[in-house]
Amino acid sequence: MSGTSTYQPQNAFLKWFERRLPIVGLVHSSFVTYPTPRNLNYWWTFGGILSFMLVVQIITGIVLVMHYTPNVNMAFDSVEHIMRDVNYGWLLRYVHATGASAFFFAVYIHMFRGLYYGSYKAPREVLWILGVIIYLLMMATGFMGYVLPWGQMSFWAATVITSLFGAIPVVGEPIVTWLWGGYAVGNPTLQRFFSLHYLLPFVIAGVVGLHVWALHIAGQNNPAGVEPQTEKDTVPFTPYATTKDAFGLAVFCIFFAWFVFYIPNYLMHPDNYIPANPGQTPPEIVPEWYYLPFYAILRSIPNKLAGVIALFSSILVLAFVPWLDTSRIKSATYRPIYKWCFWAFVVVCIGLGYLGSQPPAGIYVRIAQFLTFCYFAFFLIAMPLLGLIETPRPQPNSIADAVLKKAKKPMGVIALLGVAVVGLAALFGSTTQASAQEAENPPALKWSFSGPFGTFDRGQLQRGFKVYSEVCKNCHSLKLLSFRNLGEPGGPGFTEAQVKAIAEDFKVKDTNDQGEVVERKGRPADRFPPPFENDAQARQVTGGALPPDMSVLAKARGYKRGFPTFLVDMVVPYQEAGTDYIAAIVNGFAEKPANVTLPPNTYYNKYFPGHAIGMRPPLTDKQVEYTDGSPQTVDQYARDVAAFLMWAAEPNLEARHRIGFQVMIFLIVFAGLLYFTKRKVWADVH
Amino acid sequence: MSSAEPTRRDFLYIATGAVGAIGAAATLIPLIGQMNPDASTIAAGAPIEVDLSPIAEGQVIKVFWRSKPIFISHRSKKEIDEVRAVPTNTLKDPQEDQARVQKGHDQWLVLIGICTHLGCIPLANQGDYDGWFCPCHGSQYDASGRIRRGPAPFNLAVPPYKFVSDSKIQIG
Repeated sequence: MSGTSTYQPQNAFLKWFERRLPIVGLVHSSFVTYPTPRNLNYWWTFGGILSFMLVVQIITGIVLVMHYTPNVNMAFDSVEHIMRDVNYGWLLRYVHATGASAFFFAVYIHMFRGLYYGSYKAPREVLWILGVIIYLLMMATGFMGYVLPWGQMSFWAATVITSLFGAIPVVGEPIVTWLWGGYAVGNPTLQRFFSLHYLLPFVIAGVVGLHVWALHIAGQNNPAGVEPQTEKDTVPFTPYATTKDAFGLAVFCIFFAWFVFYIPNYLMHPDNYIPANPGQTPPEIVPEWYYLPFYAILRSIPNKLAGVIALFSSILVLAFVPWLDTSRIKSATYRPIYKWCFWAFVVVCIGLGYLGSQPPAGIYVRIAQFLTFCYFAFFLIAMPLLGLIETPRPQPNSIADAVLKKAKKPMGVIALLGVAVVGLAALFGSTTQASAQEAENPPALKWSFSGPFGTFDRGQLQRGFKVYSEVCKNCHSLKLLSFRNLGEPGGPGFTEAQVKAIAEDFKVKDTNDQGEVVERKGRPADRFPPPFENDAQARQVTGGALPPDMSVLAKARGYKRGFPTFLVDMVVPYQEAGTDYIAAIVNGFAEKPANVTLPPNTYYNKYFPGHAIGMRPPLTDKQVEYTDGSPQTVDQYARDVAAFLMWAAEPNLEARHRIGFQVMIFLIVFAGLLYFTKRKVWADVH
Repeated sequence: MSSAEPTRRDFLYIATGAVGAIGAAATLIPLIGQMNPDASTIAAGAPIEVDLSPIAEGQVIKVFWRSKPIFISHRSKKEIDEVRAVPTNTLKDPQEDQARVQKGHDQWLVLIGICTHLGCIPLANQGDYDGWFCPCHGSQYDASGRIRRGPAPFNLAVPPYKFVSDSKIQIG
């Protein structure tokens, strides 16, 4: 894409082909001989990483569509069908869902890199604006993808985000109705979002093509911020940039794989494992992490229209950065004041992100307002002003010069980062303390399936199933599970004969040849039949509360982890908030404190949010008989049934851990090899 | 350095390339595997039981097993005699009628009701051979489900089944 190709095919067929369609020459000149500045650091590998992520998302997305059903009655179950039954479906979905986060993480690094090194300045303004367009498309795509599983967060995210357009004067309401295709978010909304979620990635791919084209016209920026002048300043893209990019990508994939295989639900909200309920908003609506800073900006402004304008401006302002920044110096390395402002801006974004995840109350609204001001001040005050008042450090004459004079470690920046971390920690910590007063946190129990090598304890799963089928079953359905699952690998390990016997204990509704509804004995392929005909009947029997379905309960429940625990959870890794919570609820019934009044038909529970739970204490000691000598206590029942529900929610957990280990070993070996390959390739340049 | 002589550098490049190729190939396993029948589909392919008692002589019923139509034909003595009188060497896909039914249950013919030509469902009690006629391309089968005329290459297949009792079979 950079001028005439130097590609000279030797082969007669390639010569013939090249004269008719010079595509091989195009690839050759764009990705082989293309001169790339020799001083690019690893922050520059994120462009390649982003292209890779786009391909990953498109491929896994196309595959998921083969199994997904865009219908309000089937979407949730079809996603669970992918997780449970489709071969490697759990892997493909987790790669796609986590991949969205990895994609956004990479794009934020890429954008911050551009801001730090002035990659938006002439002659790269169009390149930058194309990037902003890609980012906007990504946001739209990510949002619509989040709606597709049709969980509680999907539904309410769709409602909240589409309602933003209602802030537009006069035409707002008709626009929102048009977006919904109904009186509220519903099936038409889901289907159009699905259609657009499939379309937009290809639009992104097209704009990425333009982005790369513009990049190869203007040439890459570099950490020194001076344009290449002689051949000494550049190296050919292949093998230099390719090996460096490949190594960077492999390292990125190690982190990505960690999330996919060991903490796939870390970035997901438990509420999204609850099927969408248009009649009930979850207590806290939180977008995906990558939208949190903008969400905080939206909420910090106490006026609907102004909030929406602030939200959209905070993104659109990026498009004007090439003209807002008045400095001629590109790289922040040579801009002493801008550099500080940049890092302060990074801290502001992280701070806004954290506030976006917190309830908008009290002092946090004020802090969010202050940070919103800082966010805009960076673009509208610092950028235009610094160009006029800042005295830049001397720039190197050429890239080759910059490479020879390796700049020393910027101690000032490190010190500032230290201050920023402490500041953010104080901010996070103070909110944690405020929320910690509300309810007691469930105790963290030991689970055999936790950690990268965790496996289920078969005996525990069988005991948990016994508790379920003797007690829980009377009120709670388990409708996504089939009897056959009980005998499948990675589960309770019942034999085929045991599964058949268990299935026959259940009565399943079927139609006979005469068209009458009859009850017959269950078969292994049948789903667990629900205890009630419908929700209304369930409420009648239980006295008001609806017993939730237990199929994905262990992933649909959790509790706030707070700071810094939520960061530690990423590394430990901790994915058992749901089981800890379930076990705590079963164990948590207690005498009502004197100062608490409970609504009728509710019971006091230490760990239930609000403490008034509609379920009466379900278990007593010795209620379920264990034959393996395990203690017949409520505490043991609680652990066993929670473990059983974890398996029910994540039947492929063991396969995930096993394959994850193989992938990790592979990636570490591959990254190591790439590192040495890259070093060998670059040996004569350094 | 001579290009014929392998060096440590070459070895490193080849090793890296080979490991990368293995990774790319392994990635294809889930991407291809996901299109195979999933666990629920396989579980739904479990054997089914069919009660034969309501099927009158001369009647053909259709049931579904593994999403395929299964014909169960209660044949008359005349039909059985007729198909057994045909010399097998005149047939396109030579097979004795006895080999297509179970011993002692000669009146019960169980077939996968899919034309062996291109997968259409043949119509019962039609055609010139007292058997099935495929409306798609005109293949004709006799009362033993054997191909007698038309483009189909093979007889209608017999699914795996067994008699649980005299009046009940289990298919699969």
